Amino acid sequence: MSNTSKQSGSLRRYILTRIALAVPMVLILLILVFVMMRVAPGDPISASQGGKLNAAELAARRKAAGFDAPLLQQFWDYLKSVVTLNFGTTFSDRRSVREIIIENGGATLTLTAGALVFATVIGIPVGLLAGRYRDRPVDVVSRLASTVSYAAPVFVTAPLLMLAFGSTSGQASPLIQLNVPTQTHILIVDAALDGDWDAVTDILQHLLLPSVALGLLIVGVFIRMIRINLIQSLQGDYIEAARARGVRERHVVARHGFRNALVPVVTVLGLQVAMLLGGAVLTEKIFNWPGIGRQLIDYINQRDYVAVQGIVTVFALVVVVISLLIDFVNALIDPRVRY
Amino acid sequence: MTEPVLSVRDLRVWYGTDRGPVRAVDGVTFDVRPGETLGLVGESGCGKSTLGRGVLGLTPAAAAVDGEVVLRSPGGAGRNLVGLPAKEIQRLRGPELGLIFQEPMTRLNPLMRISQHFEEALRAHEKGLSKQEIRTRALDALRGMGIPESRYRSYPHEFSGGMRQRIMIALALVLRPAFIVADEPTTALDVLVEAQIIKILADLRKNFDTSLVLITHNLGIVAEACDRVAVMYAGHIVEQGDAREVFANPQHPYTRELLRSTISLSTTGLHFIPGSPPDLVEPPQGCRFHPRCPVAMRGCATVEPPEVVLPTGVVSACWQQAIEVEPSLVDELGPDGREPLAAVKEISVADEA
Repeated sequence: MSNTSKQSGSLRRYILTRIALAVPMVLILLILVFVMMRVAPGDPISASQGGKLNAAELAARRKAAGFDAPLLQQFWDYLKSVVTLNFGTTFSDRRSVREIIIENGGATLTLTAGALVFATVIGIPVGLLAGRYRDRPVDVVSRLASTVSYAAPVFVTAPLLMLAFGSTSGQASPLIQLNVPTQTHILIVDAALDGDWDAVTDILQHLLLPSVALGLLIVGVFIRMIRINLIQSLQGDYIEAARARGVRERHVVARHGFRNALVPVVTVLGLQVAMLLGGAVLTEKIFNWPGIGRQLIDYINQRDYVAVQGIVTVFALVVVVISLLIDFVNALIDPRVRY
Repeated sequence: MTEPVLSVRDLRVWYGTDRGPVRAVDGVTFDVRPGETLGLVGESGCGKSTLGRGVLGLTPAAAAVDGEVVLRSPGGAGRNLVGLPAKEIQRLRGPELGLIFQEPMTRLNPLMRISQHFEEALRAHEKGLSKQEIRTRALDALRGMGIPESRYRSYPHEFSGGMRQRIMIALALVLRPAFIVADEPTTALDVLVEAQIIKILADLRKNFDTSLVLITHNLGIVAEACDRVAVMYAGHIVEQGDAREVFANPQHPYTRELLRSTISLSTTGLHFIPGSPPDLVEPPQGCRFHPRCPVAMRGCATVEPPEVVLPTGVVSACWQQAIEVEPSLVDELGPDGREPLAAVKEISVADEA
């Protein structure tokens, strides 16, 4: 039908516009990262190598790393490194940042995915229940629990979880020695591809507590968002109209209430992913999870400038890409967004 | 005379609030016959919309409903809808009772195509319809409202307000209800679309013998489209009868004031009724209109007026007519009950200050 093609055309136009608009956003982000790195006092070479090398050697190293060049020149080099997805080489252990992302990214991905799964599996049903049965016991309890969950920072919940469940969940036991060929750099996927289900179970066991700790950071927001959206959409005019047509109450709540309530939640989900990346840094450190976040902390402690700048840049880009994806999903489920 | 499709007897809808119950509809009685259009008029906040929803059992859970709403299907026995289990009245909504809303812009689910709205409504009441049958039925209903087939799979936001209202009407009609409440169906629309919608509603009655309760505060629409009219004030029907008779010869002081407030080309100065509709938590004693009534008597402030049938067949609830029709009623007003209620003027002056 001509109508349908017109709609898919407008969807394509919408997506292209959003991508075009993302370019200046990325540029601004890069400038921010670049400037913030340079606002920190002292140059990175003196910071990391000061006291270990003599003055001449320091100057030579600075020159080699390009830190004696004018700022604009440095920014240009930085931009080039981003565009080529190279991001530079660390000072402390001479790894390329790209290598860090590839080798440790899988673990961070697994952890954030686990946290998201926990947050959605708990958050959506609880939020819907709380909204449907507003001011009843289930609502009161979930409201209290969600406030506690988003008020408690990871560095509080994670050690508490470790204390309470560390031994029973198998968290404390070391990972069994893995002997699977590396294909995707995501350990759990590699183990599954290899058919090593003992390893998969073991990884899942170790994933459980960190995922819960990280998921708790956002599940409270989920519950509150879904609850309030459901309450609002259940008061919607189209809900009453559907009732007036004699649509069954179960259908009214499910098709008109729940579905419409979940649309704004998609947007929040996107914003929460940024929060998850931040939380992942702490969670990985506490649970000794081999992700990028733990690497980042180590590099910060070693004042490894290039590594920090590279990792932060990648985090920023990931957030941009996710917010783009969320916009596309929104356009797919809500026809009004495309206009 | 044919039996009414719908008989409402002493219907009361009270909402609970912190201050006490709001008596939005307080003892309302009327009949609607097959193919008849009853206009329901009155100021905002007098209980018109609540009455419409009360008839369909769509009042919020916090509302108490009492009285009788008897629905008669052709040839069948009547059944009282008040107190019917939610499941049963839900089955009647759609195929027996329809409701058209004031605000068409927000009444369609923005995430659902028009086609999905029709599929949902038809599947809710007629099990086992094929997708093709649903499509045929829906397109028939839409065509009747002037919505072309090519728009069947569009989303609500792709339509104008007038088109959305026509879609809402088509959605109500596709289930062929015998009785429809139209709650200010044209208030949010411009005059040309308004005329179009009123024409559609009039055709409905001609073609399908549909009975209609048309809620409006536009007296022009009532004069044009309604057979009978009921005037509501503060939860009561104060006057009801043949539309032409009521307009030519308004009896109740409130009806008279309401008609005087209508604006037309010959209007030279704007007339309004001093004061505002009363608080329905603590309505005035006696006649509820007495604080604003230009001809109120002392007795009006203490004793509620009875409903009397005037020689023209019009029913009015006003002491002025009551004692004319039945002079013996004058005793109920008490000593000096017929003295003018002088306080009226002072109140209205204070209100304007």
